[in-house]
Amino acid sequence: MSATTTAVPTDDARISLRAHLRHTGALVRRNLLWIRQDPESMADALLMPVIFTLLFVFVFGGSIGQALGGGQDQYVQYVIPGMIAMMSMTLSQGVGTGFSQDFNSGVMDRFRSLPIGRGSVLFAKISVELLRMLFATTVLMIVSVLVGFDITNWPGLFATVALSTAFASSIMWVFLTLGVIMKNAQSVQAMGFLVLFPLQFGSSIFAPTTSMPGWLQAFTDYNPLSTLADAARGLMVGGPVAHDLWVTLGWSVAITAVMAPVAIHKFRTKS
Amino acid sequence: MSVGGGTVGGMTRIDKKPGGVSTAVSVRGLVKHYGETKALDGVDLEVREGTVMGVLGPNGAGKTTLVRILSTLLAPDSGEAVVAGYDVVRQPRQLRRVIGLTGQYASVDEKLPGWENLYLIGRLLDLPQKDARARADELLERFSLTEAARRPASTYSGGMRRRLDLAASMIGRPAVLFLDEPTTGLDPRTRNEVWDEVKTMVGDGVTVLLTTQYMEEAEQLASELTVVDRGKVIAGGGIEELKAKVGGRTLRIRPADALQLRPLAGYLDDLGITGLATTTVDTETGTLLVPVLSDEQLTAIVGAVTAQGVTLASITTELPSLDEVFLSLTGHRASAPRDPAPTDAREEVAV
Repeated sequence: MSATTTAVPTDDARISLRAHLRHTGALVRRNLLWIRQDPESMADALLMPVIFTLLFVFVFGGSIGQALGGGQDQYVQYVIPGMIAMMSMTLSQGVGTGFSQDFNSGVMDRFRSLPIGRGSVLFAKISVELLRMLFATTVLMIVSVLVGFDITNWPGLFATVALSTAFASSIMWVFLTLGVIMKNAQSVQAMGFLVLFPLQFGSSIFAPTTSMPGWLQAFTDYNPLSTLADAARGLMVGGPVAHDLWVTLGWSVAITAVMAPVAIHKFRTKS
Repeated sequence: MSVGGGTVGGMTRIDKKPGGVSTAVSVRGLVKHYGETKALDGVDLEVREGTVMGVLGPNGAGKTTLVRILSTLLAPDSGEAVVAGYDVVRQPRQLRRVIGLTGQYASVDEKLPGWENLYLIGRLLDLPQKDARARADELLERFSLTEAARRPASTYSGGMRRRLDLAASMIGRPAVLFLDEPTTGLDPRTRNEVWDEVKTMVGDGVTVLLTTQYMEEAEQLASELTVVDRGKVIAGGGIEELKAKVGGRTLRIRPADALQLRPLAGYLDDLGITGLATTTVDTETGTLLVPVLSDEQLTAIVGAVTAQGVTLASITTELPSLDEVFLSLTGHRASAPRDPAPTDAREEVAV
């Protein structure tokens, strides 16, 4: 057997960090090729920011804007940072459904029978979804300028994107876990919506929480989507940031610390 | 890849039996439960290096569970399994380097072109980019997929997908290859294609463990057979040995003149060279069914018939079906209903 084409393991039992990165890179390439083969799969990342922005600004913008003491213009400044928070959650769901499809197609059996770290498959999936999210955020920013949003604070915008990326990558572990343990992509999506809706609408994303009943405010105040949306407002438009920033980061770290090991464990032991 | 012994990653690899015969797969008392269902109930199995072991059994017999344990996808409840010198439980990473797996369902990425599928596996097996490219080209060529290399696998026919799957299993030049029902669901022509590919791979010196529901497939590919039923090994040994045990083949003779059926049957029975059972006459098809146990017997019978001056319209041999094998080995039919284990549920739909 020729020496050049034989995979010679240097350290047989452990997989080096470089090997991990190489495996993750190869799997990222696989997921990017999916997009090239099936460009329609980007439709949600392209259309969601457009449709939701137009919908909220033109349907609710006038009346909520009035409540904010202004008009539609005022609401645009309020809702656009919230949209970033919303998308970080909605698009994260894709990792779960995609993963579930992989399991049902049998290709996951092949990956799991290869000498690669179990994390590589998961990290690759997360990386590609984050790229999709950055694409969606770019679309959102273009639409937001068209509806009159002022991007004046570029460092604030970048900080917001960084924060929402951190939060999204933590929440993706939750959806990955669902993708591993649930039977099919449809159940993952259905379950995802059950988690998604209360968190998205029970938050300060679309409207201020001041008029909500006290018990709900108690929930919304610590809902990470509220704190992410409020931190984004502070960073992009102005206002207090610190508290919301720390609570959001705290959530991200806590969710990752708990759910990443759970996802990897479930992935490793799935029969 | 070298299969030599030595200390790798701090763990010793045992690949020689005391007798000096190399064992590629060694399974001792393997048990796996799914709740109440015993998918594997103490399986022992030994596959010598460079041979093809056929694991024959009906749906839900535990074949898929066995392959999944041997390829590290599933942990056994108890028992021991060593593949190419590595313990499936304690040395899964080393083991994964030396095995290839082709599941019941083509485990290729349908959205990717054939070439990209193979390149991806090459990279995941730590081949440098250049080598991964060369290996993908080489295997596509060998499995006659070069023309379809750039098309998504979803556009492939069933046979092409299986061939791509086999090619993917061969990227890392495995020492042991697991084929889980490689031709289930394929039409006869495609099945023959896959058989030819498997034979070529065996010619390269790969040890193969293949599961099947078909006696014919086992005879085509395997040199040794293990018959499993309800998680237990119920028979094992060389193909010929086993065939003799279950009554061997059936020779089907159709004389050109149907009137000669009965005299011919009587003549053959009197000669006493047929197998265990006596010759039967199938008047509906105008054929004579003669049990034969060996090639010598087959030759003798054909010789005797020809010597009688009977003109033959057709002559074929038939292997016993899985059902007949089971009937003679266990006394019950292979298709006896039972609760399928969760993993084997896939087996159920595959038929």
